Amino acid sequence: MPSAALTGLAVLVRRIGGGTLAAITTVGFATRFFLAVARHSPAAVRRLQLTLREIYFAGVLSLIIILVSGIFVGMVLALQGYEVLNRYGADESLGILVALSLVRELGPVVAGLLFASRAGSAVTAEIGLMKATEQLSAMEMMAVDPMARVVAPRFWGGMIAMPLLAGLFSMLGIFGAYLVGVKLIGIDAGAFWGNMRAAVDFRYDVLNGIIKSVVFGFAVSMIAVFEGYTSQPTAEGVSSATTRTVVASSLTILALDFVLTVFMFRGLGV
Amino acid sequence: MPDASSTAAPAAHDRPDVAVELENVTFSYDVRKILSGISMTIPKGKVVAIMGLSGSGKTTILRLIGGQIKPRSGRVIVGGQSVPDLDREALFALRRQIGMLFQFGALFTDMTVFENIAFAMREHTDLPEELVRDLVLMKLHAVGLRGAAYLRPSELSGGMARRVALARAIALDPMLVMYDEPFAGLDPISLGIIGQLIRRLNDALGITSVVVTHDVYESLKIVDYIYFVSDGRIVAQGTAQEIRASREAYVRQFVDGEADGPVPFQYPARSYRQELFADA
Repeated sequence: MPSAALTGLAVLVRRIGGGTLAAITTVGFATRFFLAVARHSPAAVRRLQLTLREIYFAGVLSLIIILVSGIFVGMVLALQGYEVLNRYGADESLGILVALSLVRELGPVVAGLLFASRAGSAVTAEIGLMKATEQLSAMEMMAVDPMARVVAPRFWGGMIAMPLLAGLFSMLGIFGAYLVGVKLIGIDAGAFWGNMRAAVDFRYDVLNGIIKSVVFGFAVSMIAVFEGYTSQPTAEGVSSATTRTVVASSLTILALDFVLTVFMFRGLGV
Repeated sequence: MPDASSTAAPAAHDRPDVAVELENVTFSYDVRKILSGISMTIPKGKVVAIMGLSGSGKTTILRLIGGQIKPRSGRVIVGGQSVPDLDREALFALRRQIGMLFQFGALFTDMTVFENIAFAMREHTDLPEELVRDLVLMKLHAVGLRGAAYLRPSELSGGMARRVALARAIALDPMLVMYDEPFAGLDPISLGIIGQLIRRLNDALGITSVVVTHDVYESLKIVDYIYFVSDGRIVAQGTAQEIRASREAYVRQFVDGEADGPVPFQYPARSYRQELFADA
């Protein structure tokens, strides 16, 4: 029936159009939100006490999960790496394998994923609940801009905490690998550390790792404050905003990691 | 009782005795009409109640006065200034002269009671910390909660939280305080305390109060003037005595708490007979 097909087509076009418009609106709103956060960022510096408090909540309170995960990832990496390297008689390169994996990839990525689950979700839930309980409206009515008082310090708190956590993750990972590789398996400590120092380049490896963790910190913090600020002011709304933060942050981290890796390490044939 | 539709009042700009004036204000969310042609005058120093059922548009009026939303048409004048025309800076300057008590207090849960009340002082003034402390304790004393200064909002009862929110609303000695359902969910004693505080603080501090509520009994005891809002329109208005004596059907139903009347008990539906015997 041509009329039924036409109706079906119209519904399809309408859905695509509606979806596209909604997506463009969200992107536009997110851009304006980002600009507003940028505009209020000097306030986060002026209100240093608030930003330090957020660094504490996002950073210090995430230490346990980051440090414990780091040490276990390092230990597993050492066990698996040794098993493969030993086949080729290259077990003394274990230090290189572990350090490069952690500094370039696993440190920023895994720390970013853990950070999104631990701190990002907490920030979204906190801002969402503040909105649901009218605390943000109350602030506005008291002539205090929530973007400056609530959003900007939380964004910068996450932004600053994330690279530090990624650095700690890598350090603890290397320490875990040292425990397994040197203390447990018996690889020579001099070879483990010496090869690592010789092979890890500061600019190529460490700096690129830091850049990745800064980018991931930006992405997770921005997603977390955006989702919290735009959540529906209901229990269900806050719950789904928190879930969206974790899912969107994780996917963004993985996608950005691929893009950054292509640009950073293509000269090395990686 | 004055006529509900009378709007022929001079502009608030020219009237120093008027704190708030709404003139023929309409407001809608997308296509849903919330207010249709509201006009009201709130004189300085008075306690004025806006009453009506849930969803009648009462809170929207407070949001318009506070500049959180803009009207589709009409004028909203507060303290001689047209609120919708103010830029953000001027709006924030005006809000520093307005206190607001939200429905469930909206206290900042990451701060103590003391910090909640000191919040606006610390944000907007350079007062030394000793003076802030004294002022906060004075405000808390006024609502009878000086002893609760260092408790967290989670440790307060509903009535105490509402009193703390009241102390926070008057922290900067505002010219106008707006109360959004201040009596909702309170026990009878807390209800009486909040009612008395609204009246006493209004008179003692020389402020103007706008109370949005559906609690007739408590409001009639403390307010000077009442506007009844239904379906986005003012359907009745008058002093407490006039409202008590009113024969208007809507007012009677509201004041006497009748289940049926101008506001029907049944949600609109097709006829009962038709519904039950349609398939017979």
